[in-house]
Amino acid sequence: MSAPSTPAPARVLAATGGGLWRIVLALLLPAVLVTVWWFASADSTDPQVPPLATVLDKFPTVWFAGDDLGSSLFVETVGQSVSRVLIGYAIAMVIGIVLGVLIGTFRPLRDFCEPVLEFFRAIPPPILTPILMLFMGIDHALKISLIVVGALWPILLNTIEGVRGIDPVLKDTARAYGLGPVRRLFSLTLPGASPQIYTGGRQALSIALIMMVIGEMFAAFDGIGSAIAQFQATFSTASMWSAVLILGCIGSVLALIFGAVERVGLTWYRGYLRSQRGGA
Amino acid sequence: MVQKSHGADLSVRSVRKVYTGRGQAVEAIQDLSFDVNAGELVCVVGPSGAGKTTLLRILAGLLPATSGEVTLGGTVVKGPPPGMAVVLQEYGRSLFPWMTVEKNVELPLKEKGVAKAERKRLVQEALEAVSLADAGKSYPWQLSGGMQQRVAIARAVAYEPQVLLMDEPFAAVDAQTRLELEDLVRALWRRLGVTVIFVTHDIDEAVYLGERVFVLSNRPTILLEEVKIDLGAERDQIETRTHPAFGRLRNHVYELVQQAKKGLRSIEDARLTH
Repeated sequence: MSAPSTPAPARVLAATGGGLWRIVLALLLPAVLVTVWWFASADSTDPQVPPLATVLDKFPTVWFAGDDLGSSLFVETVGQSVSRVLIGYAIAMVIGIVLGVLIGTFRPLRDFCEPVLEFFRAIPPPILTPILMLFMGIDHALKISLIVVGALWPILLNTIEGVRGIDPVLKDTARAYGLGPVRRLFSLTLPGASPQIYTGGRQALSIALIMMVIGEMFAAFDGIGSAIAQFQATFSTASMWSAVLILGCIGSVLALIFGAVERVGLTWYRGYLRSQRGGA
Repeated sequence: MVQKSHGADLSVRSVRKVYTGRGQAVEAIQDLSFDVNAGELVCVVGPSGAGKTTLLRILAGLLPATSGEVTLGGTVVKGPPPGMAVVLQEYGRSLFPWMTVEKNVELPLKEKGVAKAERKRLVQEALEAVSLADAGKSYPWQLSGGMQQRVAIARAVAYEPQVLLMDEPFAAVDAQTRLELEDLVRALWRRLGVTVIFVTHDIDEAVYLGERVFVLSNRPTILLEEVKIDLGAERDQIETRTHPAFGRLRNHVYELVQQAKKGLRSIEDARLTH
């Protein structure tokens, strides 16, 4: 832990300056893309690609019509979709981590399950939509189930890998000090596998969004996927584009939240990796 | 002060270990029997590949012996026994990187059911004993190798074990840190009265630290000799290491290990000049 020799004020400046610079960099490309879209579509007469100005113009009247915000189309639609994603994602997390810990811990169980897991992993989750519709109809449970079966695999497979990859020296240490199963789970297995669990969770989040949209397009009368499908069917292309924008924003916000949680949860891991690279 | 706990005696009876993998059986340990008295510090040396780590893992209850038995304080070891602490060579991998130093030291105490206030006291005292009182809130990976190994020692000390098993604990730290840590182990051992089994490949270290040094043969391992180290209770890195008796014992053990490397399997066959 040698202290850097740079004077403190210079360090702070460099740190904040670096942070600002990174924010500018992160926002630069979206700004460029929106600008390009704006000017490229400005004179568009193609009804499929209305000018961005028209899309934004229609935004308030389509999404925030009515007197109070609470019953606006925006809050209703986004609320439905986000709650579906979060419920499905949470269920997938719980099932994936519980099964992953069990399969990762017990070798015979792993040998037993692995071929089947590989098979299911190879099936693209959207394929399951018509199949699940056959069995479940098109109610709320179907849309949640679609998200669960899509998001489950990356979480499950990464958790298995994470648990399996825990350092044998740490396992010996835990055994030598006689750690019981519960303490072992919370002090060794879960934190030890957490870097991979986060990786799986990140992949699962984008799959959950995809499955949410697909489920709503095929089998819902509310939610953002259904809104896109309906606008498209009624040739309200400007509204359709605005719904796509909203969808993109939902994805970005969820990814940002996930990133913030991960940054806090894996603080130790980043420090650990840095120290390993430093050859300590 | 950390309480003086009472060491337990350790007895090894006709332990044999055969690894069976890929259809081919490898006999790592042929036949080992020895006794370590309560509160004694014994070092185990031998040529590399002599099954030192295998032996330590059997003593720790982490690996079952193929035959024979180990008893600790009169109880047969079937799994990791309560009252036993270990310090392993790979300090960087035996500390939980997601926990602070304090939490690492505290963890086994929680499992032991020690009350919170008492845990806090034990952790603080153990960290003070290894001169890391200020590092409690750091993470292990923020510390140097020698400091990390001191944390592992503090964890063992706080546990108040009856027997402390150390597997080449200083093999991966630099030479100067190593000498400091040797003195730390001697000092803690004298203060705590705990039984210590210290496995090392360093002959000087074994003679400097031990009350007795067990010399192992090549694999399949047998015990060549139990060498009594009569260098007194007070050891000093300069005084002890320059003492003629130290040189004599060191040379004796060195010759034994050299010949063990070439396949010596009985002390009667040894050609010793010291």
